[in-house]
Amino acid sequence: MTRYFPWRRAFAALLIAMLAWAPLTRAEAQTDPYAGLIVPNFDTIVTAVETIALSGDARAKPVLTALGNNELYTWKYPRPDHGLFIHDLDAGHWLNARTGAVIPTPPFMAVRKVVANDMVTGAIQTAMGVLDLSSPVVATRRKAAEAIFESPAANTLPIVQHALSTEKNPSVIATLQQAQAADELFTPGTGVETKLAAVKTVGARGDMVSRNMLASLSSGQDKTVAAAAAAAIAHIDFSLKLWSWLETVYYGLSLGSVLLLAAAGLAITFGVMGVINMAHGEMVMIGAYTTFCVQGFFRAYLPDFSGISLIVAIPVAFAVAGAIGIVIERSMIRFLYGRPLETLLATWGLSLVLQQAIRSLFGAENQNVITPGWMSGYFTLGGLTITLNRLCIIIFAFAVVGGLMAVMRYTPLGLRMRAVTQNRRMAASMGIRTPWIDAMTFGLGSGIAGVAGVALSQIDNVSPNLGQNYIIDSFMVVVFGGVGNLWGTVLAALTLGIVNKGLEPVAGAVLGKIVVLVLIIIFIQRRPRGLFPVKGRAVEA
Amino acid sequence: MTRISLLLTPVIIVGVAIILAILNLSTPPTSALHVSDFVIGLAGKYLCYAMLALAVDLVWGFAGILTLGHAAFFALGGYCMGMYLTREIGARGVYANADLPDFMIFIGWKQLPWYWHGFSHLPFAILMALIVPGVLAAVFGFAAFRSRVGGVYLSIITQALTYALLLAFFRNDMGFGGNNGMTDFKDIGGFPLDRSSTTTTLMVLSAIFTALSFLFARWLVRSRYGKVLVAVRDAESRTRFLGYRPEYYKLVLWTLSAMIAGIGGALYVPQVGIINPGEFAPANSIEAVIWVAVGGRGTLSGAILGAVLVNFGKTVLTGVMPGAWLYALGGLFILVTLFLPRGIMGTFAKRIVGAALPNAGQPQGLAAIDTEAADLHEAGADVETPA
Repeated sequence: MTRYFPWRRAFAALLIAMLAWAPLTRAEAQTDPYAGLIVPNFDTIVTAVETIALSGDARAKPVLTALGNNELYTWKYPRPDHGLFIHDLDAGHWLNARTGAVIPTPPFMAVRKVVANDMVTGAIQTAMGVLDLSSPVVATRRKAAEAIFESPAANTLPIVQHALSTEKNPSVIATLQQAQAADELFTPGTGVETKLAAVKTVGARGDMVSRNMLASLSSGQDKTVAAAAAAAIAHIDFSLKLWSWLETVYYGLSLGSVLLLAAAGLAITFGVMGVINMAHGEMVMIGAYTTFCVQGFFRAYLPDFSGISLIVAIPVAFAVAGAIGIVIERSMIRFLYGRPLETLLATWGLSLVLQQAIRSLFGAENQNVITPGWMSGYFTLGGLTITLNRLCIIIFAFAVVGGLMAVMRYTPLGLRMRAVTQNRRMAASMGIRTPWIDAMTFGLGSGIAGVAGVALSQIDNVSPNLGQNYIIDSFMVVVFGGVGNLWGTVLAALTLGIVNKGLEPVAGAVLGKIVVLVLIIIFIQRRPRGLFPVKGRAVEA
Repeated sequence: MTRISLLLTPVIIVGVAIILAILNLSTPPTSALHVSDFVIGLAGKYLCYAMLALAVDLVWGFAGILTLGHAAFFALGGYCMGMYLTREIGARGVYANADLPDFMIFIGWKQLPWYWHGFSHLPFAILMALIVPGVLAAVFGFAAFRSRVGGVYLSIITQALTYALLLAFFRNDMGFGGNNGMTDFKDIGGFPLDRSSTTTTLMVLSAIFTALSFLFARWLVRSRYGKVLVAVRDAESRTRFLGYRPEYYKLVLWTLSAMIAGIGGALYVPQVGIINPGEFAPANSIEAVIWVAVGGRGTLSGAILGAVLVNFGKTVLTGVMPGAWLYALGGLFILVTLFLPRGIMGTFAKRIVGAALPNAGQPQGLAAIDTEAADLHEAGADVETPA
């Protein structure tokens, strides 16, 4: 180590410095992109960083990272080898920056840190983005192109053009073209034709970023370019409005599907049987708690399969809630047929008992139901961000209602149900066991409520009060749609969902809900039998 | 029913109230006969509930309208009184502002909204406690009865009404104290609310108003008007075919009932010392229905008895074993509907007095004559294709 003892060579070093410092030869800079880093001048370093980024050298990234982290060193007094070292603090060893090979630790006094100021740090960030353009990962390349698009500058134009010439992935090419267009717009001296084309490309993106970019363009431009930019902005505004409108519809659809799930079971018990089941919400709650228990079982005994626990919970919740429903029908509701208002009171009492029972069993606090991996995450569709769990619930809601309709229409049970509700005596005369059908119908409605609970456990707190939050809404949906009509229930749920979400930006969430309630009250005055009244000859007694 | 029972109920109510008042005021706290302020407060609360139960029984027992939103009228009356009591606080609030209630200063309001004017006068507030529920009920009832919304549908939209009000009163910018409501009342008409004499007087006043409401309701349902009402309840179509206009009979009763509930609420607030949007909760209205069901639907004294009994049970049970109250209440709903459809008064008064009571809980009128048609209709027989 004494070889490098500094003061013995100080004079020689000084001499070399006088002769060979700063002015690196052009040839050196071209063959060695890292040469600029050893010059203690920030402008030179910035230029060097840009050169390194454009070189596409394999070592570019680690070197720039080291520079950014203050881990890059060079000789304190220049030497002909233009030595550049990385002191890897994590690993505790020194590397040759150009080759990445581990080298013996240089003497402390012989090296100096290459210092980066704000300007250099900024250049490093841009350079990293540029380097990402040649990353083997598609997502990284797209992200880098996106970053260039968002902060367009003339100096990135050659980089983008270079990347475009080698890029294969179509989606990255599209983003790169947008970035190229943005760069062109902000490069002084670009021709009008090119600018017009660029405005078109940027405008076609149609989001807020491109809108702002075009808006910042307007001053000091050629008239035709400015006009094209204004037209593109108007177009973007229109499509943004369209997307926000679509977004409202989608949120409405999402809320509507939740309402539909909550109301589907009620459409059977209330709509078809005429039983005012105020304990319907508690059937939903029981479904949610069943989900919690099934997940607990999977956690304890089959942790490898916990992803499918939610799927398993669906039939289990149907069976549990359905069985409870049958018990309720046999022990309570069958004594109250023909007395709807009394049914209402008794089932309300039942709902209190069920809530309290759950509270005694599980406690009053919210239970933690896990969202499986395949249901979390999101994707974008044009201007829409679609979360997977909401999408799953929308699909699930329609699947449940579709299944319900199929059961009603195509199964022997559905046939008997319809027969019993249409003409109980005639059905009995034909040999249908009407009490059994009553129990099954109520069980089906309750089971559907339980299945709804599985879905709602994903978006709502699983607590003893879960059902209470849905009972009024579900009754509104069924009454609004017209009793005894599943299509009416579907349409009512979606309408209420969309109207509710449509009112939210205007009136706020709470006021929107109040307005919806008042609208329903008024609607029922006008059409007391709902959207799709079932035509019949029965007198309104 | 006889004249004896006509007088019996009001005499018992007012008599018990006065005895409790005397025992509270004239005996020292150490005496074995002393009735504590706590008991007086409970009695006053039960009596206000009894007025709500009377109101529910009038429309449910005598017009067949199962209301699931009557607590809304009770709460509106309560809010009217709460506004007066809030104005009475004056400069004694936290912000010591005589012109604005604390919660308005808190949300940054500079002046009293127009609908608060006049509420610094007690008579105006009492009048409003009658008018506000009355007008709301009249408008709601007019629309509902005229378009012949009945039965379950009416029940559900009354529930929607109270739910909408619940949400509305939760909003801070409604100007009624939002989530917290109004509380910290100091005095009523110059009498401090924390003094025994004031609370006792309020309790006796509640008893007197309950007795008066009872007598009024009694007179109403025994009149010719009341007889038509029962006809409407038992066979609305038939009554209409005979040339009556059932909607107006129902509307008058509905509005009067809401006003009785409003008075109950107005008396309730100074005695419990708080009013908040929780009073609008649909569960409260349904609980009021069970008081009536327990006491005996269609018997006015039964409604009072039911309200007092159920609430007494609630006080005892929630004190002794808090978890059991919801089981008890829920069980009460189920058992009473299944096994005691005529309630306590309906079952026992008939045995004692032997007089015909309104036939609550049984198939009536058209239903009794043509059971099959009615049953099929009720069970949803007019449904042709479910899918």
